[in-house]
Amino acid sequence: MEDFILRGKVVAVLGDNIDTDIIYPGRYLNITDKKDTAEHAFELAYPEIKKKMEPGDFIVAAKNFGCGSSREQATAALKYSGFGGVIASSFARIFFRNSLNLGLPLISSQDAYKVIKEGDELEIDLLKGIINDKTSNTQIVASPLDEKAVLYLKEGGLIPYLRKKYSKK
Amino acid sequence: MGMTIAEKILARASGKEKVKPDEVVVAKVDVAMSHENADVVRKSFIEIGVEKVWDPKKIVIIFDHRVPAESERTATTHKAVREFVKSQGIKNFYDVGKGGICHQVLPEKGHIFPGAVVVGTDSHTTTHGAFGAFALGIGATEMAGVWTEGELWFKVPHTIKIVCDGEFNPGIYAKDLILYIIGKIKADGADYRAVEFTGSTIENMSIASRMVICNLSMEMGAKVAFTPVDKKVIEYIHQRRKDWSFDHNLKADDDAVYEKVIHIDVTNEIKEPQIACPHSVDNVKNLSEVGDLIIHQGVIGSCTNGRLEDLAEAAQILKNRKVHPDVRLIIIPASQEVYLEALNRGYIQTFIEAGAMINPSGCGPCVGVHQGILAAGEVCISSTNRNFIGRMGSKDSFVYLASPAVVAASSITGKLTNPINLK
Repeated sequence: MEDFILRGKVVAVLGDNIDTDIIYPGRYLNITDKKDTAEHAFELAYPEIKKKMEPGDFIVAAKNFGCGSSREQATAALKYSGFGGVIASSFARIFFRNSLNLGLPLISSQDAYKVIKEGDELEIDLLKGIINDKTSNTQIVASPLDEKAVLYLKEGGLIPYLRKKYSKK
Repeated sequence: MGMTIAEKILARASGKEKVKPDEVVVAKVDVAMSHENADVVRKSFIEIGVEKVWDPKKIVIIFDHRVPAESERTATTHKAVREFVKSQGIKNFYDVGKGGICHQVLPEKGHIFPGAVVVGTDSHTTTHGAFGAFALGIGATEMAGVWTEGELWFKVPHTIKIVCDGEFNPGIYAKDLILYIIGKIKADGADYRAVEFTGSTIENMSIASRMVICNLSMEMGAKVAFTPVDKKVIEYIHQRRKDWSFDHNLKADDDAVYEKVIHIDVTNEIKEPQIACPHSVDNVKNLSEVGDLIIHQGVIGSCTNGRLEDLAEAAQILKNRKVHPDVRLIIIPASQEVYLEALNRGYIQTFIEAGAMINPSGCGPCVGVHQGILAAGEVCISSTNRNFIGRMGSKDSFVYLASPAVVAASSITGKLTNPINLK
């Protein structure tokens, strides 16, 4: 993460409105340790994703990824499953903030889901906002990360950031 | 240039004269609410390493998602939160049997006021815009940050104004109006936006109905939603709150700038009950367009539609009628206070005589944990707020969202029914 370049392959290309119940079913909300959420990512709707994925893999989706509940388990399940990040046309607000806070990279790109195919190998420059699809040899425009995202990704999320801030006092 | 309601509140809370959309501000938080996920917050808070929360008087914790505890795992997290609440001196704690659904209890117990910045670790925190609060859902780790610092960064949202005029046709309610709007502007139509609802329809609504509107605004992505602060709101708060030092005249300036203004002619545009079909809240149809639909379960309850007026509506329909033999009707009063009043008014007796089951005040099956889980192939008509895949149980079950009146009528006939056609 130091150089803000991510590398990995695409494990799934999904549609619009991938909601937080799809990402992390409500029945597992009684799990309150972030790391333990990982085994239930996409469990009901897309159980094959977890079986196929390798650490660093990306999810690609269309608009409004993460809509629905504020459950942070949705972000935690993706992060602790080892996903490299999510690329979507847009993200729902609370999911977006949760991902900033937990240090899961989200990449906004209007066209990515139309161009990128499952299995493609990607190299993403988070600061420049460029997705390089090495399989199809195309470059796709993404929005460069904003200041907060850069800060939190550097620190590893909101908790390490605050821990540092308050341990100084 | 004037300010919208969201801009006014964020300006006040961040100590600024004026703020503009897209500006990032740091605002003081007035109310920080969590439910069971207080245990996730607690763990993040401990990781941060600060000993005491910033202000225990501004933290409210209300158990509602899994009450009473449905599993040993939940019992363990409940216990951990109880101990934490004690050790931190958090007095605003509503345990099992002491409160009900967080979004009903917060205003009911006087925690909400116009102009307040309210954050909750629950997406439907937008509900409190019905009292003029800048109220929104946040994640657990972000809440741990609020418990630490008492403030949070916000990007000032653009505001969409939705003007609703006209009277409701018979059998049409606030739920139908907001479902209609969500169907029109879609699940991401208000992403990152503040929404101000105005117009005669909204002004004539009860507080409970306005809460339905602000609650479900979340399902079109709204960051915050507002209905007007008027005499009804001030009276409601007056009955429940001692501290009166808030803005009693909170409203948008006449020259406030809106990103978009949408007009809804309620009488002419909404002629039938609105149904949100699986598996998306914006998949909204007129009841007659859904066609024949056999149902197995009905649910009346939730932070969206479990208030007294909802139960009154259901009781009126169920009085001297029976729930269909092939239907389980589950009714969940939104809070202990609502439950008691429903009991006093005889609604509970009506429900039991009709063959409905009463669940304890809480989220019930809406979160898919307990108290009415669906099997594969089953269909539920529900007054709740989400119909996502597996929301109420099996990934192969189907949840249709509607007004409490439609749920009550359909539970009697065993199929999707317009209450005005009930014989």
